[in-house]
Amino acid sequence: MTFHLDATLAARGFDVSLSLGPVETVAILGPNGAGKSTLFAIIAGLLRPDTGTAQLGDKVLFDLAADKSLWSAPHTRGTALLAQEALLFPHLSAVDNVAFGPRSAGASSTAARETAMHWLTEVDAGDLASRRPGQLSGGQAQRVAVARALAADPDLLLLDEPMAALDIHAAPLLRRLLKRVLAGRRAIIITHDILDALMLADRVIVLEDGRISEAGPTRDVLERPRSRFAAGLAGLNLVAGTVADAGITTADGMVVAGHHEDTLGPGQDGVAVFPPSAVSVFLTEEHGSPRNSFQVTITDLEPHGDQIRVHAGGLSADITPAASADLGLAPGMTVYFVIKATAINIYPA
Amino acid sequence: MNRRSGTGYTGIPAWIYAIAAAGALFVLLPLVAMVAKVNWPEFIPLITSDPSLTALGLSLRTSAASTALCILLGVPLALVLARSPFPGQRLLRAFVLLPLVLPPVVGGIALLYTFGRQGLLGRSLELAGIQIAFSTAAVVLAQTFVALPFLVVSLEGALRTAGNKYEAVAATLGARPGTVLRRVTIPLVLPGLASGAVLSFARSLGEFGATLTFAGSLQGVTRTLPLEIYLQRETDADAAVALSLLLVAVAVAVVGLSYRRPGSAAPERAAQ
Repeated sequence: MTFHLDATLAARGFDVSLSLGPVETVAILGPNGAGKSTLFAIIAGLLRPDTGTAQLGDKVLFDLAADKSLWSAPHTRGTALLAQEALLFPHLSAVDNVAFGPRSAGASSTAARETAMHWLTEVDAGDLASRRPGQLSGGQAQRVAVARALAADPDLLLLDEPMAALDIHAAPLLRRLLKRVLAGRRAIIITHDILDALMLADRVIVLEDGRISEAGPTRDVLERPRSRFAAGLAGLNLVAGTVADAGITTADGMVVAGHHEDTLGPGQDGVAVFPPSAVSVFLTEEHGSPRNSFQVTITDLEPHGDQIRVHAGGLSADITPAASADLGLAPGMTVYFVIKATAINIYPA
Repeated sequence: MNRRSGTGYTGIPAWIYAIAAAGALFVLLPLVAMVAKVNWPEFIPLITSDPSLTALGLSLRTSAASTALCILLGVPLALVLARSPFPGQRLLRAFVLLPLVLPPVVGGIALLYTFGRQGLLGRSLELAGIQIAFSTAAVVLAQTFVALPFLVVSLEGALRTAGNKYEAVAATLGARPGTVLRRVTIPLVLPGLASGAVLSFARSLGEFGATLTFAGSLQGVTRTLPLEIYLQRETDADAAVALSLLLVAVAVAVVGLSYRRPGSAAPERAAQ
């Protein structure tokens, strides 16, 4: 009972292959336009890829090649989709919305209502049963939408940024709810929020430019990111290059000294990763080994907790507000980012 | 200009109101002129005369039938035009909308050469023992021909505005296309469908040129109220004016009933 997908769509530069076990939640992370929604549309049967195959348990979702064209309609797939917007049918009450899936599957109206009430109670929305969608808040509507998706008894639940349109009070509630109902199910969740990945997913997949750039258990990806996007999510600086004796050399010739954990051979692709807190900012070049000193131009300054985050040259540094004031930092200034080599982790890309 | 409290900024220059008032007068004044011309003491006998009641009854029955036919043919047309792109779609839309700009009498002639005794389909129908031209069925066909675009335009707009997000969700919840159409699409565009049907009914009620050409003017069979009015105008101006007022009243009632609360039937948006 596994799910497997392998699909390409040239028009959107999309080429993804992934598998899910029967009880597993995978988080899809990636920048805007990376193909996350395309992935869902292909799985749900709303968009046809050029080639590929997909199988959910013993059901073939599609099998497309030059000589084959097997395509099953969305309603036969068992892949319920939950989007950013709740998209509750505006002309039906909450309970009738939730009963829609069971009704469509052929259940009698009493049986469908019973199932609907069960799921409404499960998402703590039993008291909203008779309300129209127009009378629900964003958080309430999204909870009813979760109940509606679950009531359809999907083999694979697709969650497309379910928390994105909610306010900061409603999001944690829904996140807790999802954690509870996703246990023992197969689901894929698209998210921008690292917290969703940590709390809800067993594994993460980073999608960039229509391709999987990184995949693995959530913890591993956050601890040892290999893509710039994952490093950004984990709040780390990442420099990619090729491994040299003392560290790595980037494509434009910059040398980053750090320490290897693994047995890394020179010439191998590697990444140097370090936290912004390990970066010091100086107005003049500092010497003294083993240190890295990079001349960079400040692009932005922003508050970050009780620190000031300095963005420059694609890297970031966290310094105290007092230090920032002493140095008189401002965007456009040229400064030196200095990092101890011992604070830099180097591992294979 | 005195603004009521609680109203927002409209951004409309004052001279626009003047021109809008002139426009409203342009529509209202002829109606007032007609009402002024009504022979009130004779009004009730005039509109309850036998030929008048026959014509009114025929008008209401044929308009109801042609509205039903417009819904039957127009809903699938609007769905196809709004939802599935296919080659020749623009051309099909242009042809469906053609009766909007075509002089009705031309429509009548076209129908005559289709369903008439010597027409394209008429000859085969004649062999099957069915005669359409100059019958009540011809009145319904003529009215449907001119009224169909109103329903299609109105419904296609509603379908495009509604988008197909809800349909996609319904499909992933396991609803087959027929179920999606019945339980999601149609309920969502019901206000658009209703206003399209009302417009079609009103257009059918006023149909004259195509009916006269294709169905003729037989009392009780094809002589609808507009035809009766035109006929009476030659002999009895008072009767014509009285019947005109009756037609205006019916039209206002139909349109007024369906536009009573604009937007109240529109789908409620979920609060974000």
